[in-house]
Amino acid sequence: MEFSEVIRHVGSTFPEAVVSQDEGTHYLQIVPEQWRDVALHLRDDSKLRFDALMCLTGFDKGPGQSLGVIYSLHSMEHDHKLEVRIEVARDGGAVPSAAHVWRTADWHEREAYDMFGITFTDHPDHRRMLLPDDWIGHPLRKDYETPDDYRGIPVPKDKRGWE
Amino acid sequence: MTTFDQAQLKNFGVVEAEEMTIHMGPQHPSTHGVLRLKIRTDGEIVSHIEPHIGYLHRCFEKHCENLTYEQVIPYTDRCDYLASMNNNHIYALAVEKLMGIEIPERVEYIRVIMAELQRIASHLMAVGAHGLDAGGITPITYTFRDRERILDLFEYTCGARLLYNYIWIGGVSHDLPPNFVQYAREFLDYFEPKITEYNRLLTYNKIFIERTADIGVLTPEVAINYGGSGPVLRGSGIQWDLRRNDAYSIYDRFDFEIPIGRGEMGTVGDSWDRYFVRVREMEESVKIIRQALEQLPKEGDVHAAVPKKIRPPEGSIYFRGENPRGELGYYIISDGSPKPYRLKMRSPAFVNLSLISEIATGWMIADMIAILGSLDIVLGEIDR
Repeated sequence: MEFSEVIRHVGSTFPEAVVSQDEGTHYLQIVPEQWRDVALHLRDDSKLRFDALMCLTGFDKGPGQSLGVIYSLHSMEHDHKLEVRIEVARDGGAVPSAAHVWRTADWHEREAYDMFGITFTDHPDHRRMLLPDDWIGHPLRKDYETPDDYRGIPVPKDKRGWE
Repeated sequence: MTTFDQAQLKNFGVVEAEEMTIHMGPQHPSTHGVLRLKIRTDGEIVSHIEPHIGYLHRCFEKHCENLTYEQVIPYTDRCDYLASMNNNHIYALAVEKLMGIEIPERVEYIRVIMAELQRIASHLMAVGAHGLDAGGITPITYTFRDRERILDLFEYTCGARLLYNYIWIGGVSHDLPPNFVQYAREFLDYFEPKITEYNRLLTYNKIFIERTADIGVLTPEVAINYGGSGPVLRGSGIQWDLRRNDAYSIYDRFDFEIPIGRGEMGTVGDSWDRYFVRVREMEESVKIIRQALEQLPKEGDVHAAVPKKIRPPEGSIYFRGENPRGELGYYIISDGSPKPYRLKMRSPAFVNLSLISEIATGWMIADMIAILGSLDIVLGEIDR
């Protein structure tokens, strides 16, 4: 299925879910509240059958702006792709977890939480992935400030001669 | 061999014992790096596995946001240090696609030759280490002997043996040195019969078969749902190779097969199948290199005309390619500046490792090590 057909199909099934349906962009932006239903539909509908989650990326639109998650989906059966974007508020925003739909999302959502501080509701194991459990802050946010030390180990900030 | 669950054990009249939690790692020879597995065991039987990763985390993605697009390439080397050429290759292709750069014909061939040589080197490591996990010390010495020759070829080409920084955006760092084609052919002539040697030594070794056949069976549905890729997915009998199914570079010009697991020694998707897919992929890579050396244009520039400062237009791209471990993808968001706004690396080993709790539960601890070996993980890439 072409991208335009996929977004028409999703748009007609979930009219309230789709935020932007511009065919110029190659992604579909949807509201977080309906993500669980849309995800199940994307995976199980016989015409869509997005059975594989290729990649899950968190992103930050900049200090003071919203955070987001990008789900890159692929259908092995029909060989078509789709990119779903969900944007949430910087503080307190939450995305329903897709880990029950695609198991790939389990670790990737933990990583997005770790790096961006995006909360995933109903996640089976909502912990940090790569950083230590007692780490403060979420490093890939654009307004992250490097701490002076971690457990007494100083972080070198003088970068003369490094660049 | 069969798996046991608690209820069956009770039926056998086995005395119930308390479960014990064991931390395996971070320093443990069979975990292929600094991986810690928190294992709940009932006697020798593993009832739950929880991998703890991040010991090698060095903020690859954060670094990338502070580097120009060209400067990212040495960092991709260090992610999967057993397949640096492939990492360079796919990253360069992603940026080139974002910018719409056309690549000279000769460069495409050089890149494919290097990527496939690297695939053989990486699989040699995987095959030898898997033998080591199953208790055979000898095979890894044989595979290292041959991997050494590939590293010699790389050293001859670009001076480095592990971290090459060879494939650049719009080209490669050096042209092929004199007589490279001849040396590469000599290597292939030497290497092809060695695959039979590995098969005699390890593949059809009775002990190795006992240790891996029917162990850790991964069904195709689970493999897809977890996002498994590469030999892990193909071992489960799915003919899926991004070089063919999502063809990039010039892979559509070569004639090669996609080996899949067929359950020759046990069930489709067992550890032996995943192992054997790698052995057969080495044969296919040899085929591809031979064709590429044949078709390689004699003359030509090795640098495309790229702007001095790489500034991709605003936009985003997800580009994926077949790394020896599976689907390696880069998600790049560009804001039009010389540095990536966001760069996410989709690491195949990261996703394949998440399968361990699914397929190793119910097996003995020693089997779990053999299953982990069959997943062929590289912690540098998992932790990034």
